Amino acid sequence: MMVRPKHQRLVLVTLAVAAVLGAVLLAMWGLQDRAAYFVTPSDIAAGKAEPDTAMRLGGMVVEGSLVRERDGVSIRFDVSDGKAVTPVAYRGITPDLFREGSGVVAEGRLQPSGLFVADHILAKHDERYMPPQMANEVAAR
Amino acid sequence: MIAEAGLASLWLAAALAALQLGLAAGLGGTPGRQLSSIRAVAIGQGILTVLAFASLVLLFLRSDMSVLLVAENSHSQKPWLYKFSGTWGNHEGSMLLWVMVLALAGAILALFERRLDRRTLGATLGAQAMLALGFFAFLLFASNPFERLSPAPVDGRGLNPLLQDPGLAFHPPTLYLGYVGLSVAFSIAVGGLVRRNVGPAIARAMRPWVLAAWVMLTLGITAGSYWAYYELGWGGWWFWDPVENASLMPWLAATALLHSVNVLAARGGLRAWTMMLALVAFSMSMVGTFLVRSGILTSVHSFAVDPTRGSFILALLTIYIGGALTLFAFRIATVKEGAPFEPVSREGGLVANNLLLSVILGIVFVGTLYPLLAEALSGEKLSVGPPYFDAVASPLALLLAALMVIAPQLRWRRDAAPVLPRIAPGLVVGSGVLMATIVLAPGIGLLPRLGLTLGATLVPASLQPLLNRSLRRTPLAVWGMCLAHLGVAVSMIGMASDSAFTRERLAAARPGDKIEVGPWLVEFRDITPVAGPNWTALEAELRASRGSGVVVLNPQSRFFAEPPTTTNEAAIDTSWNGQIYAVLGEQDGEGRWQLRLWWKPFVTLIWFGGCLIALGGALALIGRFFRERRPRRRGEDAFA
Repeated sequence: MMVRPKHQRLVLVTLAVAAVLGAVLLAMWGLQDRAAYFVTPSDIAAGKAEPDTAMRLGGMVVEGSLVRERDGVSIRFDVSDGKAVTPVAYRGITPDLFREGSGVVAEGRLQPSGLFVADHILAKHDERYMPPQMANEVAAR
Repeated sequence: MIAEAGLASLWLAAALAALQLGLAAGLGGTPGRQLSSIRAVAIGQGILTVLAFASLVLLFLRSDMSVLLVAENSHSQKPWLYKFSGTWGNHEGSMLLWVMVLALAGAILALFERRLDRRTLGATLGAQAMLALGFFAFLLFASNPFERLSPAPVDGRGLNPLLQDPGLAFHPPTLYLGYVGLSVAFSIAVGGLVRRNVGPAIARAMRPWVLAAWVMLTLGITAGSYWAYYELGWGGWWFWDPVENASLMPWLAATALLHSVNVLAARGGLRAWTMMLALVAFSMSMVGTFLVRSGILTSVHSFAVDPTRGSFILALLTIYIGGALTLFAFRIATVKEGAPFEPVSREGGLVANNLLLSVILGIVFVGTLYPLLAEALSGEKLSVGPPYFDAVASPLALLLAALMVIAPQLRWRRDAAPVLPRIAPGLVVGSGVLMATIVLAPGIGLLPRLGLTLGATLVPASLQPLLNRSLRRTPLAVWGMCLAHLGVAVSMIGMASDSAFTRERLAAARPGDKIEVGPWLVEFRDITPVAGPNWTALEAELRASRGSGVVVLNPQSRFFAEPPTTTNEAAIDTSWNGQIYAVLGEQDGEGRWQLRLWWKPFVTLIWFGGCLIALGGALALIGRFFRERRPRRRGEDAFA
């Protein structure tokens, strides 16, 4: 049976609308627990960060806090936003330009103990670059 | 002088764009009659923009530090290739490149387009001029690349070392050709809607542009992915970074458009749909430009940021996209109904393809823009990354691959014949691979397993349209389709294999230590200082052996003086069944060096598949050029 053109257009329009709605609903569902919030050490100190959810921690690496573990590939350092300090643990090669006193964004999860375990570390890419979120923090200070 | 000449050409080109728009809008007589002058103006505009861009290239090659842009982004001690490619390694230069491609596309359209009637072509060129005018204004008022710097510094600040790579010479221009090539499809759709002339002729005029832009986008994304893979040294090939998504969104829209424009050209169906996709595709290019150029998102590509320009592009975006959608809404009722078809038919398959691609596009779009929206509405800062995109978009991509197994083999309009025999070869191969992965690699994840299975199913299925044909008389477009679909299969197998079978080792090693990764035994021999044209480096010597085969890997940790930066240069060795990848880190207090090693089986298939996809598109494009010169024979399969 061949459908009539008019009918067919209706079906196509309905399908298109359904696709758009479906995409938005799927996306909202997916975003519910998969978006990583940006937090600062102050947020963590104030108890605003929920443990064991993916998040990004931003701030400055505190001078003198960088410690290399015995295995040679794990490090610990403190991240500060000027008001509070969060200890961070990371296993891996640190990115170019990661050093004490420089800006950092760490992706990972907060342990109930208060230690932030990072899966990835993003450092600023050149001397001029600062993550926008951090530039705001610095400007606000 | 060169800078002033460049700036003057840019102003003149902008004036010509305004003139072109005026002529097309009917000032100075009927647009149909004015067509030859509109054409001439469009060509002049293209030439002037090329001149402006050439001036900027010249300024960079000569290291003219009295130009602000050169002083901020270049350095006289740089190799000439990076001076050249550094022209577009910054905001102003890359926007000028963008606008040059836009104006050139308009000029080429004006020169060669003969399929559209005079009035539609006039309206199309008017739309193209309107697009160009806005972006000329953006360049002239918000990002002038020719601004002088007085007094001139002794030398420049240098180019970001991450960008000092042959990849930069190739990657942005290709992507821009793709992004901006879609502007012509947008303009043709606007022209057709304005002239109430939406039909197969529009689709035929649009098709080569869509194909060419899509080929360029495919190449640009493939090259960008490989570049990020070896340059960032993170071992990954796609990070769902907003800037990557910015190139993926136009690609998804263009892929959908590429398929639906053929239905319109060949069968007269999916008219309104195709117009909508043409508008959406270039809108996605503009959204992408906005995301990258406004610096509004945190991103690994954030060296290209400048927040002050965001509002200008956002305003352009709103005017163009809003205007086009309004035009669409007003004119949609005048678009004629297409030829009817049954759900199970080639058209039905293509509709399903379009729906799935649109849903994936929607998911990527929402995921990419959600952080912006959340921050604007609640002030909450967040980022959306791989966990979201992998979980939500991948299953749909697999569904799309499943559709590709059968859809290209369906007949136009209706297909009542049994489907199963036609997909039997694919099913046999696919189930074989599924069994093999269950037996040999029981531990791998569901998505990679399905990816391997569907990829394997798709290999024979994608070639099946070539069966029962005389291969010598098969149109190039059919070869192109088969090759592109095969490319998707190959790429999918590569992605699945990479995520299922990659082995990674992170170690602290002293010279003489041995590290095992996958089938390889890697011996850390030595570390030596080396020097390049504008960097110094520490280079490790690693001897990786597998059976009797030995390869030497030399990952480096490079230091650049201008601007002062350290980068990791990964060492990669490619064999037929994968790549071994090594990154050198820092030295710890006890004299050990950090080494990160990966063994990535068949990872190269990802980019090889991408090239096959682009090659398929190129073949189809070449086929179109030859076929459209010949009168169409009756009953010929116009799009197979």
